[in-house]
Order: sequence, then structure tokens, then C-alpha cells
Amino acid sequence: MGRYVLRRLLQMVPVLLGTTFLIYVMVWAVPGDPFAGKCGERACPDAYITEMRERFNLDDPVIVQYGKYMLNLLSGDFGETSSGVQVIDRIADTFPVTLRLALVALVIEAVIGITAGIVSGLRNRGFLDSLVLVSTLFLISIPVFVTGSVIQLVFGIQWGVIPPTVSSKATFGELIVPGFVLASLSMAYVARLTRSSIAENRRADYVRTALAKGLPQRRVVGVHLLRNSLIPVITFLGTDLGSFLGGAIVTEGIFNVPGVGGLIFRSIQTKEGALVTGLVTLLVLAYLVMTLLVDLLYAVLDPRIRYE
Amino acid sequence: MRRSRWISLSAMPVALALVATGCGGGGGDNAGGDAAATADATITINETEPENPLVPGNTTEAGGSRVLDPMFTGLVEYDPQTYAASNAMAESIDTTDSKVFTVKLKKGWKFHDGTEVKAKNFVDAWNWTAYGPNATQGASFFSKIQGYSDVHPDDPDGADGPQPAPEPTAKEMSGLKVIDDHTFEITLAAPFSVFPVTLGYEVFSPMPDSFFADQKAFEAHPIGNGPMKFVSRQVGTEIRLTRFDDYQGEDKVKFKDLVLKVYQSRESAYADLVSGSLDYLEELPANALAGKKYEADLGDRAIVRDTLQLQSVTFPYYVKPYDNTDLHKAVSMAINREEITQRIFEGTRTPADAFVHPLTDGYQKGACGEYCTYNPTKAKEYLAKSGFTGQLKLQSNTDGGHQEWAEAVCNSVKNALGVDCVFEPLTSFAEHRQKVNAHEMTGIYRSGWLADYPSIENWLTPLYRTGASSNDGLYSNPAVDAKLAEADQAPSKEAANALYREAEKLIAEDMPAIPLWTQKNVAGRSERLKNAQSDPQRNLVLSSVEIG
Repeated sequence: MGRYVLRRLLQMVPVLLGTTFLIYVMVWAVPGDPFAGKCGERACPDAYITEMRERFNLDDPVIVQYGKYMLNLLSGDFGETSSGVQVIDRIADTFPVTLRLALVALVIEAVIGITAGIVSGLRNRGFLDSLVLVSTLFLISIPVFVTGSVIQLVFGIQWGVIPPTVSSKATFGELIVPGFVLASLSMAYVARLTRSSIAENRRADYVRTALAKGLPQRRVVGVHLLRNSLIPVITFLGTDLGSFLGGAIVTEGIFNVPGVGGLIFRSIQTKEGALVTGLVTLLVLAYLVMTLLVDLLYAVLDPRIRYE
Repeated sequence: MRRSRWISLSAMPVALALVATGCGGGGGDNAGGDAAATADATITINETEPENPLVPGNTTEAGGSRVLDPMFTGLVEYDPQTYAASNAMAESIDTTDSKVFTVKLKKGWKFHDGTEVKAKNFVDAWNWTAYGPNATQGASFFSKIQGYSDVHPDDPDGADGPQPAPEPTAKEMSGLKVIDDHTFEITLAAPFSVFPVTLGYEVFSPMPDSFFADQKAFEAHPIGNGPMKFVSRQVGTEIRLTRFDDYQGEDKVKFKDLVLKVYQSRESAYADLVSGSLDYLEELPANALAGKKYEADLGDRAIVRDTLQLQSVTFPYYVKPYDNTDLHKAVSMAINREEITQRIFEGTRTPADAFVHPLTDGYQKGACGEYCTYNPTKAKEYLAKSGFTGQLKLQSNTDGGHQEWAEAVCNSVKNALGVDCVFEPLTSFAEHRQKVNAHEMTGIYRSGWLADYPSIENWLTPLYRTGASSNDGLYSNPAVDAKLAEADQAPSKEAANALYREAEKLIAEDMPAIPLWTQKNVAGRSERLKNAQSDPQRNLVLSSVEIG
């Protein structure tokens, strides 16, 4: 087990290097002038451009720029943006907010999705099963921005039950509604995934054995059936947390959550290379750690899986 | 069966949204605010994240300007209604030859840190901004002052070239002289009659001594001399300002605190505006403007205001046959401005009849004359004269909602002239500007101008003088150059304006660009702002705000 984790951790190094390099190159390869729009409606003065190019090593070949960037990164220096703000400060501001949003979304997704999946999986072709199928189909067919806008419009603006946008503190309580919107699509997938997994395993030998032993229904479902059925669901949830972290641009935009997604989006537009690369590096890292955790969880859920 | 369910399900949110727009609005009375409530009130307005450190000389974009504008008061300020320039910190700005200007400051003005605003604060700030190695964005605004080329030598091969810019030979511009604590003298390199009008821009703001002592500390906590002072900033989230009670100017604010809240999107800001938790949004998002949805949402809380923007299309003189002036006239007279502004913009644009914006000092009605009036018969005559055959090309970026009108302009030309006209889209504003600056356009292209200062000069010289900074089409007419130079040297603003108008008439004979329309902007305010005006730069006029 220990050796397995170590090997996985070592594998992360090339992946991390490769992705950051690709991101770095892509940020600067996007057509367009990094100084367009920096100085309002007119072109920036030459002296300003020269100074900025110097500060961000823009005159070096890309590979040298990247090397300098990585060296700084290793010494803990994420660089600074063109407005003179430390990238690490911006990350420290936005990352916790997004993490809170992602966790809220994950909890909502897991609790509602798995419950609905179990209920419908156990009552195959019953009324509840049909209800879950129809409502998940409904959720899957609406894009997130529609869900978000409608919820904001109805609950926030018309009924006034919730504030239409999140305050700058973005507490857990305020993030429940955005979290629900963010989770809505994945929730439907989790429900369907759990449902088919449960329905399949219900006929498995070990379930029949457990029932034959005379174990109570609750224990058969809760321990024997659920543990095995959750493996594909856990995989899905794990990667989903990763995509919640970086991919909540639409939800963050609608509810004005000051998080990572919107920051990356705007930084790409304004060509803040250091900020984009710094943020994406962290996201890649989060993604890698999540997949490792998921893989380790397999062994916990299914004793037949062992890591050597 | 399955198909019909899919459609009805996906149509539901749309139906919901449609029902929802029917509600909202509600009339507010503009009876004026409650003075006591106003004095303690906190106002929240929309903000975009500043692109640069908060130093007036280094801020030329909207996000930074919105913070610095209330924090600094320059020599001259622009009236929010008429946009005429009038003295603010300056007691007087006198000249006899439009070359040497003597500036007298008002006494008793203080910075937010309690130190007095003296002539030296202006001169030092200007010298710092203009100095090449400081690499500020606002440096070029000082290029008319004598000695600018010594402190900010031109890079001989531009920023892209391999050679570095030469070292400056001086640290201070020779054209700036402090005479006493409240007087200083500005000498320009060449006479420039409208110079005082240009001084209202933030880059001309004074800076306190503390800035020169510790620049980093200043950037973290800027100190100005304006009606509001800095409290705190949370990068990416909000900036807080509060009323400066020692302020001596006319444009005092009546409320207490101002929060500039950074929104992730204009749409989310609009949702807050409709629900009442945001007090001012300077420009409504496209989804609110579509079909005038905002009228139902906001009612009389919508503020419609002319802005200093003029949309036009420019001819690239470096591509044949687009240098043919008869063709220019033919195309211009073939564009039905009236119909396009009504049909496509639903009246939020006004057809232009001059090269100068109507809100500008020196504007003359109908300066473009018959050339800016739709007249298909005359257009055809000019086309015949030009001898043009083939296909016209119109280029524009499409990310700012320009596609619809550009296609309409092309169709109008096609119908009136009977020549083919194609619209060629460019993906982004950045790409468009890059090609325009590099003189790589291959057809007529979209151009727009937003005035830096309200003078007729700013609408002509930068755009139509030979070799001028924004003369992207490479238009050149010696008669126009001579007239503009003559106007620059006129002894008074009135005499200068008369000469600039003559230059505008000369330009109209060549039509190097076609003025299309001026833009109105729709802003929105909350219910509790009883009195709130919008200035031509779209910003909230803070001194007008009253709460009720």
C-alpha cells in the first residue's frame, strides 16, 4: 500500500510538469496582444510595454520563460499580476471560496443522488423508479445556466426568499443555492449510476447468500449491496470534485461567487499568464490527489481490491 | 410522443423566464431625498477589477478610473451635464500666446493625509508620470509639454524592435516651473490653444509628498485630494471609500460610504440591481437590453444618457481603391442611418451628422452635410464618378455586438449602389485593433472614438492629421494639417474652435471616415437612490446622489 502511494505520487511529477508547460505555452500562444485593453481604449505607451515585457520575461523564448517561471515556483514564488498583486494572494482569496462551493455541491450531489439511486434501484419499474428516471432526465436536459438563472430570478428577485447573489464573504449558508445549481446535473448522473449499479448487484451471488443466511434486509442493502455498488459512483464523485473546482465559471458568474473559475476565465482574457498557470497548476494537483484518494477508497469499499 | 415531451420540458424554463419579466419595476417618486438618511448612507456601485496599481498617472482604463475619479480632483473638472470644462482646483489658467500657461491654485485644499495641495504636488506628479523609466500608461498625455522628449525619449524602432529606448537625458520636464506655493507655469513645446480643456483627465492629478517617499505604501493605500478618501481594498472583491469632510470643491458628496463591488459578470450585477442590493450599474447587460426588457424590470430606474462615443467606419488609404474620395462619398450616402438606428438599435443610437460628437465644445450641427445624409441617387452619381466596380468589403470584430449593424450597413450599401458588399468578421476586439494598428486591413473597417476630453480638437487632430497617433487609415491632406496647426496656435479657445470647424469642413470633402451614429447608454439605479445622474462617461455623478 505504502509503495503504491509512493509510486503514484512520483507519477504526479511528470504529469504536473507536462500540464503546466502546456498551459503556459497555450496562454501565450492565444492570438491577440497582451496589452490590448490594458490601457483603456488606446494603445499602451512603448515604455510601459517594454517594462512589462521585461518583468514577465516576454522577450525570451517560451521554453526559457517557462524555466524561469518554474524555478520561481519551486522557491514558492508564484509571481505577480500586471496590477502588482501577488498571485499567491489571489489564490488564497479565491481558492477557499471555490472549495466551499465544491464541497457544498458534492454533499448535495452525493446525498440526494445516492438516496434517489438506492430508492429507485431497489424498486425497479415501480412508481418511485419512474419518478427518479423522469426527474433526472429533466435535470440532465437543462443546461446549468438555465437552472441558475431561473432559480435566481424566481427565488432571488421575484419571491425575495434568497439574496440573488452571494456576498463577498461567501459563507457555507449562502453557497447552498449556488451549490445546488452546480450539483444539479451531476446529481442526476449519480442517481442513475447508483440505480443501475444497485439493480445489477441485487442479483449477485453474495447478496443471495446474505439473504439466505437470514440477515435483515437493512443490513444486506446497507453493508453488502451498497459498498460494492458505490465503486463507480465514488469514481464519478471524485473526478466531479475536481471539475467543480475549476469548472464552476457559469454558476460563479450567475451568483457572483468570487471563486477560481471566474478568475481563470478573466485572467485568460486579460492574458495574466502567471495567474492562469498558478491556478491551473493547483487545480491539476487537486485533480491528481482526488483520483489517488478515489483509488485508495476502492480498497476500503471492496476487500477484493488490493494494492501492492 | 417522446419528442414532444422533450420540447415541452425544455421550453418550461423559457416560459418561466417570460412570465417572470412581467413583474418588477414599480414607480419611485423623484421628490428628492431625506438629508439625514443621506448623510449616513452607504452606496454600492458596480466595479470591474482595476488592471493596474491605483496611481492616477498609471490608470487609463475604466476599472481603475472609477476608483480614482472620486479620490482626486484636478485643475479642471468636466460638468456632468454639459460636459464643459471648468476650473476645479485651479483658481485661473491664463495665457496670452497659447504656449505659456500660468496656473494659480485655490488655497486651503488638503490631501486626505492633511498636507496642503501645493503647486509642487502637481509638477512632481506630472514629472513622475512622464518619466520614461517609470513606464506609466499616462505618460503620452504630457507629450505636448516642453522637455517631454528629454524625459521620455522615443524608442527608435518601437516596443517591438530589438533596440532599447535611449536613456532619458533629464529627470524633469523643462516646461514645468514652480513659481510659488500656489502658482506654477507650463510651457508647451508648440502652441496648443485647447490645452486647459485637456487637464480634467485623472493622469493630471496632483500627488502627495508621501507618494514620492514610499510608492508601495501609496499603492496599498492611495491618498488623493478629492471628495472621497480610500478606506480599504479587497482585491477581486470590493474597494471602500468614504466621504472626505475637509473637501473644498463644489462637487461634495452628501452620502457617507461608497462601496465599489467587483462583479463576476454584468448579468449578476443586474440581478442585484433589480432586487435592490446594488445601487448603480453603469451599463446594463445585453440580456436586459434585448427587447427593452429593462423597461419592465426597472421602470423609471433606468437612466438613459448620451455618451461621448461616435461609431464610424474608416477607409484604409493604403489599399486601392479605398483611397478614392468619390467612393467614400458614394458609400456614406448609401447608408440609411435613420433606419438602421431605429430597426437594429431601437433608438439607442442617434444618426451622426458631423465628425464631432454633439456633446463637445466646438460641435457644429450638420458639419458633414449632405455626405452624411441618405441619398441613393446622389450616391450612385458619386459611384459612377469614382469608376469603382467589384466588391466592397466591410470588416469588424464581432465580439461587441457589431455583426448586426455591420451587415445592415453592407445591405444598405448593396441596395442603394447596386455593388456587392460583404461583411468580413474578425473574432475579437484585440485581433481587430492589432490588424488596424499594423495597417493590415483589406477593406472598410469599423472604427469608434471615445473622446479623452470634450474639445472639437480631440475629434479631429488624433484621427485625421497626417501621422497622428490614431490616424490608422493613413489619411493625409496638407490643407487639413495646415488648418489644424493654425487652430492649435489660435490665441483663444473661441478663435481656435472656429478654425477647427473649418478643418472639419475640409475633412468632410474627403470623407476619410464615415460617421455613423452616436451612442446612448442605459444605466440603472436602485429604488432608494432618489436622485442619481449619469455622466457622459457612464459613471454615477456622486455629488448628485440623494437617498430617500
